[in-house]
Amino acid sequence: MAQAQVVKAPSDDVVIQIVGMHKWYGQFHVLKDINLSVYRGERIVVCGPSGSGKSTMIRCVNRLEEHQRGQIIVEGTELTGDVRQIDAIRREVGMVFQQFNLFPHLTVMQNLTLAPMWVRKMPRAEAEATAMRYLERVRIPEQAHKFPGQLSGGQQQRVAIARSLCMNPKIMLFDEPTSALDPEMIKEVLDVMVELAESGMTMICVTHEMAFARRVAHRVIFMDGGEIIEQNDPENFFTHPKSDRTKLFLSQILGH
Amino acid sequence: MSDATATVRTERHPDLPPPATTVGVLGWLRTNLFSSWLNTALTLLGLYLLWLIVPPLLDWAVFSATITGEDRTACEPNPGACWVFIKVQFWQFIYGFYPPDQTWRVNLTFLLFVAGVAPVLIERIPGKKWALFYLLFAFPVIAYVLFVGGVFGLPLVETALWGGLSLTLVVSIIGIVASLPLGILLALGRRSKMPILRMLSVVFIEAWRGVPLISVLFMASVMLPLFLPEGVNFDKLLRALIGVALFSAAYMAEVVRGGLQAVPRGQYEAAAALGLSYWKTMGLIVLPQALKIVIPGIVNTFIGLFKDTTLVAIIGLFDLLGRVHTATTNAAWLGMSTEGYVFAGAVFWVFCFGMSRYSIRLERKLGAGQRRR
Repeated sequence: MAQAQVVKAPSDDVVIQIVGMHKWYGQFHVLKDINLSVYRGERIVVCGPSGSGKSTMIRCVNRLEEHQRGQIIVEGTELTGDVRQIDAIRREVGMVFQQFNLFPHLTVMQNLTLAPMWVRKMPRAEAEATAMRYLERVRIPEQAHKFPGQLSGGQQQRVAIARSLCMNPKIMLFDEPTSALDPEMIKEVLDVMVELAESGMTMICVTHEMAFARRVAHRVIFMDGGEIIEQNDPENFFTHPKSDRTKLFLSQILGH
Repeated sequence: MSDATATVRTERHPDLPPPATTVGVLGWLRTNLFSSWLNTALTLLGLYLLWLIVPPLLDWAVFSATITGEDRTACEPNPGACWVFIKVQFWQFIYGFYPPDQTWRVNLTFLLFVAGVAPVLIERIPGKKWALFYLLFAFPVIAYVLFVGGVFGLPLVETALWGGLSLTLVVSIIGIVASLPLGILLALGRRSKMPILRMLSVVFIEAWRGVPLISVLFMASVMLPLFLPEGVNFDKLLRALIGVALFSAAYMAEVVRGGLQAVPRGQYEAAAALGLSYWKTMGLIVLPQALKIVIPGIVNTFIGLFKDTTLVAIIGLFDLLGRVHTATTNAAWLGMSTEGYVFAGAVFWVFCFGMSRYSIRLERKLGAGQRRR
């Protein structure tokens, strides 16, 4: 419970600032007036029922989705249509997907070295050394020369985490990283994420793993219907939810 | 619960050989040819048809055929094929009217081409990068100089004299080499987010796919000169080449587009999230996967293009088939058209079958170790 009592953000340094952000899919208003400040070193867990817009929100942070109104400022750079600014932000923001999205035609090692070599212009030897270091950190250095299709889901997701880390990002986004995994593989991925959290990485994590939220989050955000309904530190969020919708969601997800 | 009712196997059961009727020649015959009454009947019917067709064919092509001699009188005693016709005309089928004392230039070009292609296509030979560089930049210039001549003391050989198999290969290789990159660009254009680029690609693809190749070639040779200013004249072969290349590029574009659509969205997103630009995403992530998926379609288009080159005969260029056809109308060899077309068919088949086998090998090689989830 000790970690769960961390209430204050670990710094005053704002790395992501979302102000009055709206998004529509055609006529459908997916995100409504999102306001969120993320501080350096802060770990945020976003939860909510499916279709609540939580994935869409974090996908707006690295512009995989485009917002139509409001502002998103990442590391002092505002996200606009400017492709160079988008690429600059994407270099600093790592993302892990539900479906892993490893490149199936490349080996694990090539998956990890591709972006550092082509985007950061890192020499091959250095990129491979970095890749090996992160593979050791996610505990699968022996799989370096296999293809993704030869690994289990849990191993693939750990490779995906290592792939993002190889770009040395300042912020990591996780989009339901354990939702596509068999139960016995969830733990190995969460262990890696906990370890990453302990290293002080700024993280926004969309997940339904409430034990993980309690253990590592500084702040839990609850979204429903495209709005942020409630946010609080994990202790208060789980024990004293304020809104009825949060209470209902928690009773459904923790009840069984 | 008493132990008396439980049975526990304590030793491993040894592996037994499979029953004799399921393995070996007998097993194969049984499962593949005689598995039921209907299959047995069909097998026997098939054997009967083969017996009807194959012996007379072999007799015509081999046993009663004539291969010695210099003219048709040599063939008269034998009822079978007169391969003398092919033998006498052979070099014309290969080189067309290319001056016989200059045909070494065609041979040399072909050898230089093989020397460049072998390292690219065959895995064991090293130097792929250099070979590709040579093929894309040095070889076209060398090939042009050798074929056309007019410089370095090589006599000029007009394209009107080119013909036979060498012309077929020139048209199809240039068509193949030009259509793949063009097709990829068109496919990317058609999926582009930029409306004007997308519209231009769609219009181009649909316009070229919507007309028969014959009319494209006909327009290129007959109509185009009408629109060109007086005195400006493109080479007829060049016009045909451009027509063939653009025509097959439109087909190729649709094949490649199929592959692009088969690459999951997550791949684009993962590449974008890593900060890869559009061209790097396409070149490193999407196209390698998309092209691998559509290898059968690409080779299909190549094979179609290879055979469609015979249509250049319509504008007075005599490729292999055109030359054979002309030879059969020669008064000295009337009635030899069966031999001629069998020969032309066999040559085309060898090339197409080669492409097909290579594509299967390539698919296997690229598929190794990449089980899809």
